[in-house]
Amino acid sequence: MDSSRKKTHRDSSFVVASLIVPAATLLSGCAGQYPQSTLDPASGFGTQLSDLFSTIFWWAVVVFVVVEALLVYAVIRYRARPGQEGKPKPVHGHTALEIAWTLAPAVILLFIAVPTISTIFRVDGTPESGALEVEVVGHQWWWEFKYPEYGVVTANELHVPVGRPLALAMTSVDVIHSFWVPRLGGKRDVIQGRTTRLALTPDSVGMYMGQCAEFCGESHANMRTRVFVDTEEDFEAWVAQQLTPAPPLDSLDGLVRQGAEAFTKIRDPANHSCLICHKVEPLAFGAIGPNLTHVGGRTTIAGGTIPNTPEGLRSWLRNPPGEKPGDLPGRSMPKIDLTDEEIEALVAFLQSLN
Amino acid sequence: MATSAAGHEPAVASAKRSGVWSWITTTDHKRIGILYGVTAFTFFLMGGVEALIIRAQLARPNGTLVDAETYNQLFTMHGTTMVFLAIMPLSAAFFNYMIPLQIGARDVAFPRLNAFSYWVFLFGGLFLSASFLFGAAPNGGWFGYANLTSKAYSPGLNIDFWVLGLQVLGIASIAAGINFIVTIVNLRAPGMTLMRMPVFTWMSLVTQFIVVTAFPVITVALIFLLFDRFFGTNFYNVAAGGDLLLWQHLFWLFGHPEVYILILPTMGIVSEVLPTFSRKPLFGYAVVVYSGVLIGVMGWGVWSHHMFATGLGPVADSVFSATTMLIAIPTGVKIFNWIATMWGGRIELKTPMLFAIGFIAMFILGGLSGVMHSSPPSDLQQTDTYFVVAHIHYVLVGGAIMGILSGIYYWWPKMFGKVLHEGMGKAHWLFMVVGINLSFFPMHLIGLLGMPRRIYTYDTQLGLDTMNLVSTVGAFILGGSFLIFLYNVWWTRKNGLRAGNDPWGGATLEWAVSSPPPEYNFSVIPQVNSRLPLWTANGLNEIPEVPPEPIHVPGGTYWPILTAAGILALAVGAIMHSLWIVLGGVGFTVFSIYRWAFEPFEV
Repeated sequence: MDSSRKKTHRDSSFVVASLIVPAATLLSGCAGQYPQSTLDPASGFGTQLSDLFSTIFWWAVVVFVVVEALLVYAVIRYRARPGQEGKPKPVHGHTALEIAWTLAPAVILLFIAVPTISTIFRVDGTPESGALEVEVVGHQWWWEFKYPEYGVVTANELHVPVGRPLALAMTSVDVIHSFWVPRLGGKRDVIQGRTTRLALTPDSVGMYMGQCAEFCGESHANMRTRVFVDTEEDFEAWVAQQLTPAPPLDSLDGLVRQGAEAFTKIRDPANHSCLICHKVEPLAFGAIGPNLTHVGGRTTIAGGTIPNTPEGLRSWLRNPPGEKPGDLPGRSMPKIDLTDEEIEALVAFLQSLN
Repeated sequence: MATSAAGHEPAVASAKRSGVWSWITTTDHKRIGILYGVTAFTFFLMGGVEALIIRAQLARPNGTLVDAETYNQLFTMHGTTMVFLAIMPLSAAFFNYMIPLQIGARDVAFPRLNAFSYWVFLFGGLFLSASFLFGAAPNGGWFGYANLTSKAYSPGLNIDFWVLGLQVLGIASIAAGINFIVTIVNLRAPGMTLMRMPVFTWMSLVTQFIVVTAFPVITVALIFLLFDRFFGTNFYNVAAGGDLLLWQHLFWLFGHPEVYILILPTMGIVSEVLPTFSRKPLFGYAVVVYSGVLIGVMGWGVWSHHMFATGLGPVADSVFSATTMLIAIPTGVKIFNWIATMWGGRIELKTPMLFAIGFIAMFILGGLSGVMHSSPPSDLQQTDTYFVVAHIHYVLVGGAIMGILSGIYYWWPKMFGKVLHEGMGKAHWLFMVVGINLSFFPMHLIGLLGMPRRIYTYDTQLGLDTMNLVSTVGAFILGGSFLIFLYNVWWTRKNGLRAGNDPWGGATLEWAVSSPPPEYNFSVIPQVNSRLPLWTANGLNEIPEVPPEPIHVPGGTYWPILTAAGILALAVGAIMHSLWIVLGGVGFTVFSIYRWAFEPFEV
């Protein structure tokens, strides 16, 4: 009896300590270590959310400490002791107390509700004027980004200029996904037949990681994204590069040319040909998979899960379903019987697309 | 009816009522309660093993214990099993066993319907679980969002098992819900007014109203999905004008009240246990009852807080945020009343009490993280992350399961006549408290640091390796604590202390009869004169050991199980796409109901 009572006490204080200590360190922000931290925002949107969270968090800590302390105190103070006679006083209730502890949480909730509702209206996704509009399209299991302003189309890696408002207009071609780059702000579901919106202004240059947050099938875990917040000059240079078509076949030679030929080769069955699904201007115009015209400039492939290196490309080309599980007939990249020479040539070709 | 020299015995001697056949044909609410308990606990262990495999996979980054598809099946079945096959029917075990005893009745209003509910539940659970044998366990999440669950994106049998299994289970829940409402409203003993009912029975009544109103909603959602999958309708087909949020609205319109279906009965259990072991009546009985009713009603107005990330617009977000916050008030009031019950009492820290205190301690944390989700902007960073996983597990493991265990330790002596071993009970509690906090607390941080839920793999880059490992260790401690419980059950069977009528000094009617109670429960119908009949002078009339008059006890019947089997055949036929088996199932069900209806009263 005695030992378990002490344990109740110890466990609760352990909980309190383990709640506050790490949380406080986290809220104070330790960047870098946690690339998907919601507590280390890099946009006004993200900052508003984490500020609101911290308001609620500290109220919760106060309530937690007070109520748990009352509980622990009651258990210790009123435990049965040997030698006690008679029954405790049978108190059935107390109206004033009931009113008090109905009003107390109501008042605390007001302190949470007011900033909540004012934040809701400030972060409702309405784009600011002069925002860079990007259309986000969710696919099983990769992200497509279109810049109507520039006519650029890319995949999985989004480039945006620092300080300029960004307006994302999002939809899905298949199941529901959720676009989430934690350090840039909250997530928003991406739903077929609807256009959902996020508006944010990234405030520091850097790379921000994110991933799909709505379960979207077998490779949900492999649907990742990176947002590169560039300086104005870097962003313009990136756009200019994206607008340059790939060199025509005739101008290529060596391994790269062999790769381009392997890419455009009509295979049997036909849907095993790269050009059926992928676009490489001006060689191929497939529209099912990611646009690869400038794939060489990306840091990752395969839904942002594999580094865009010769080794990464090789293992991907050898067995795509092995790297990113999930068989979607006609939509996901199948295993193709490529010779080692073809793989080497394709790697060289894809790396050259920049 | 036989009359012996010693007095009047029930029509059928209890000696004749043993063996498998007597269990299959039983209509005794107590036996059905035990069947529910054993079955649900078995499913609970299955769901627990699924959880441990999930945690083992996530112990390290890039885990390779299971592949993506298996992982998705595991988390879908873990959620589905725990909600529909473990927590709900564990509560149902107590509804069955305790409600008639607590209100002074000899059985439920419809004993055969009660047996039917159990068999349908069992068959539905087996049907769902059988999907593993075909390598086609459901894989669309326990929430089964359209259109991922549509034929176009999930062509296999997996989702068919899920849809059909849940439909079958819904039949069991609705039938049981109606049965208990009628029982509680009509079969209360003289003097057992509504405001004298034990709080467990009260919370059960609220729960049953939620069951019979919420399950039809998911039934509709599932019928749409079933029609889409089997007959090519377009309820969730965007290309044909369908709307994907329709599913989400319907699912959560059921799904949020469902949360209260899971937690309200255990709030009732805790409200029984705290007064008994504090030797003090429940503080603010009426307020606790009304707040429970209020939670049940308000639970209907908050469903869209599961959908803040879908972008419902600022007005809808604000409204659902406010209604969700409001629910925290009656919940908080309950917690304060529980603490006030202990205040000034003489607290005996027996195992049931420890679990009840643990329930309060951890439910507070789950409630507070719930308030964080009630704020849509804050929720945008938390929904679909491990933060929500932490929240739901504090509520459902720290809350519901702790509460159910409190009930198991509390009522075990009543149900089996022996008291579970205290030392082992306390060890179970201690390991469980440590396991829960070690396993689920780090998940708050894992979520805030950006790990989404339902991913079978994560990158070491996220910096979450250690926290995930800690969480896994905690999960295994939590799982291990149940080995102590199982051993305790085994040990107690042979060596447990015999319980008298009232081993804990409880105040409510179930403690007025022997442990376990006779088949007819009460030798005479109780006359209740108090809310706490056993704690009040003249609170209850004399309940003699031997019935002074003959008591009619209904005989067994096999029509409920056969009717349930017909429904199972219907589901099996549907999954096999065999019209003949479906029609056979329908025919058999109708035939069994017909025979059931005309079964003679006396057997």
